[in-house]
Amino acid sequence: MAKIITVTSGKGGVGKTTTTAAIGAALARTGDKVVVVDFDVGLRNLDLIMGAERRVVYDFVNVIQGDARLPQALIKDKRLDSLFLLPASQTRDKDALTEEGVDKVIGDLSRHFDWVICDSPAGIERGATLAMRHAEIAIVVTNPEVSSVRDSDRIVGILDAKTLKAERGETVDKRLLLTRYDPVRAARGDMLKTEDVLEILSLPLLGIVPESPDVLKASNMGVPVSINDPNSAPARAYHDAALRLKGEDIAMETPRQRLGLFGKFLRRAA
Amino acid sequence: MTLWKRLFSSTSAPQARERLQILLSHERQVLGGSDLLSSLREEILAVVAKHVPCEQDNVKVRLERGTPMSILEIEVEVRGNLDIGISKAA
Ligand SMILES: Nc1ncnc2c1ncn2[C@@H]1O[C@H](COP(=O)(O)OP(=O)(O)O)[C@@H](O)[C@H]1O
Ligand SMILES: [Mg+2]
Repeated sequence: MAKIITVTSGKGGVGKTTTTAAIGAALARTGDKVVVVDFDVGLRNLDLIMGAERRVVYDFVNVIQGDARLPQALIKDKRLDSLFLLPASQTRDKDALTEEGVDKVIGDLSRHFDWVICDSPAGIERGATLAMRHAEIAIVVTNPEVSSVRDSDRIVGILDAKTLKAERGETVDKRLLLTRYDPVRAARGDMLKTEDVLEILSLPLLGIVPESPDVLKASNMGVPVSINDPNSAPARAYHDAALRLKGEDIAMETPRQRLGLFGKFLRRAA
Repeated sequence: MTLWKRLFSSTSAPQARERLQILLSHERQVLGGSDLLSSLREEILAVVAKHVPCEQDNVKVRLERGTPMSILEIEVEVRGNLDIGISKAA
């Protein structure tokens, strides 16, 4: 049986889709069988980030409506044999995903994979609650910025109320992934520090992903950032996070500011 | 030095942190998002109201999430000087 992860945040644009692809690929690189599922009906993007957009034939909604069988809709990754994608539908009908349909598909997937990773749409509406419904682990993606932290807090409340686990009186294992972390601004004191966000949200930390041009580069190429340049700072952060999900005890590395000459001078002067 | 600091170390993060702490403690109370808090509130009200006059607004249930422990704070306001029957027993 698969472990079911939902990548969620409330706020849009914080890095959920980037994270889904990166952690999915990082887990698959360890040999685990992984499927990433796009729940963003009408605004699918995970296919692009994974570089599979031209191979989408059937989607999640087609499977639910019985127009395609699940194996026909799953797209195998070009680089990693054990990584698969279930694309979202581009329909504008937001009700195309039904509770029963989602239950059936997630149930089928979890029998064949080690990890099912659900990429949640932004917001707190149906799409987001359907994406978190089966979650055992929720990766709460948060940027060190006031509105993102507030929305994450909101999502945590919903994870504690509207998931199958909550209905059974259990709790979803929630982990904070701090992304787009800018060490220069953190050092300057005009960005919330990791400790601040941790204290405010009181969630265990899964990782800290630095703001980096490598993310944009990888998305331009259609390769998950964790395998595009495995030595880049965001790739290392995502690999460590993936290993932590597998239960390994990996020391947390806070992205550090690389000081240029001018920075060194400033720091000495301060 | 002060001017230097002001130019190069604007620290707006502490303000962000403080505003968030205030806002979220309020929002967690109001929204909670959680059915747990509202059912606790209702059931506590029902029990207390059996014995003393007490209304909906007099029961406040607050949850402060934390690790390794969360604090569930329950406050029930009762009008007047409540006679809990100690004088009779003595
Ligand atoms: N660590 C990062 N560094 C730089 N840019 C990032 C980072 N993470 C995400 N982005 C960029 O932010 C934008 C939104 O990311 P995305 O993963 O689509 O967010 P979401 O799915 O939460 O809406 C994209 O343009 C992406 O390239
Ligand atoms: Mg997205």
